Amino acid sequence: MQTTSDEILIGRIADGDRLAMQVLFARHHVRVYRFVLRLVRNEATAEDLISEVFLDVWRQAGKFEGRSAVSTWLLAIARFKALSVLRRKPEQELDEKTAEAIVDTADDPQVALEKKDKGEVLRKCMSALSAEHREIIDLVYYHEKSVEEVAEVVGIPAATVKTRMFYARKKLAELLKEQGVERGWP
Amino acid sequence: MNTASKTAPERRDIEDLLPWHAAGTLSRRDARRVEDALAHDPELARRYELVREELGETIHLNESLGAPSARAMETLFNKIDAEPARKARPALNIAARLAGLFSSLSPRTLAWSAAAAALAIVLQAGLIAGVLLKERTSGGYQTASAPSDTTAEGSYAFVRFSPQASAADVTKFLETNKLSFAGGPSAGGLYRVRVAVTGLPKAELARIVKQLQQDKTIEFIATAE
Repeated sequence: MQTTSDEILIGRIADGDRLAMQVLFARHHVRVYRFVLRLVRNEATAEDLISEVFLDVWRQAGKFEGRSAVSTWLLAIARFKALSVLRRKPEQELDEKTAEAIVDTADDPQVALEKKDKGEVLRKCMSALSAEHREIIDLVYYHEKSVEEVAEVVGIPAATVKTRMFYARKKLAELLKEQGVERGWP
Repeated sequence: MNTASKTAPERRDIEDLLPWHAAGTLSRRDARRVEDALAHDPELARRYELVREELGETIHLNESLGAPSARAMETLFNKIDAEPARKARPALNIAARLAGLFSSLSPRTLAWSAAAAALAIVLQAGLIAGVLLKERTSGGYQTASAPSDTTAEGSYAFVRFSPQASAADVTKFLETNKLSFAGGPSAGGLYRVRVAVTGLPKAELARIVKQLQQDKTIEFIATAE
């Protein structure tokens, strides 16, 4: 089956095609939502943000030059919006209010370890990383962005992307070690 | 070269790429470098397994986050409806429009379209060559801005050839009917052809044109003033 490319949808959106907007939204909104949610840690805020992100797409579609993938462009807009919210509302405040919405109700890392669920410990430790480190891990592993694409979304040089990923993984290993999971690296 | 013998910076360079290798987002060249290193360096291969573990759990974590409610879409379209009406852009992005057109065609249709386009180019080249040859053989002086045929007396018709007509078909049609090109093609692929060197009565010209219309080489023909 042939699907309309994102770039063609953007062209139609630039002409005011609402249906093209619906298709693009249906195609990307869940991933954009999850990316934002991992940054702002608040479901209601994340929902508000994705409508803002796609409204920007509606307004800016005519200026899209196709130099990057549409999904990369969406994540860059989403990140900008999420950081604006975080600047207005410190992460700590959001965390306290909404941590339960994101950090699931499962066991804490120590209990999970006792139950020998290493995967769960790993996920808990990932959630405990800083926003900067969570972001880069999500972009690389979940959003499947190349070094160059991550650089574009985050606005840093490609070499810094690799370094930041290294330190995010190093921090993750330290958190795991604190929970009694020794990985033998770094 | 054995990866174990690589220098520390080289090894670190390869190790830095492991997350992207696991996610499948490396270039072919870099992926080959990493594969080669993994095949020869057991410690690197062990670390790669840690990366794959992280990859799996990151996907698990994100997939467990659920999806936004329908409210997000409602809010978006309410905001879009509140936006000022937008005029469709003029056809400035020709490349995007062509991409849209081609992407909507099946590969088979695309292949036939390409063949038809190639044929049209050949046909046009043939016609131009024909015009040039006729002009050359007819001799005489002619200014670039005012072709003598256009201003000369005679009887003319506008013709559009069938898309299926080959250059040979067109040449044969012109020769058989003693026609010559006098101008074109204009918008819509119309050519101006001279039917007779003298001004024929309207009824006579109409009769000839009607007769020419029967030829399968012709898609459209009409008398020209």
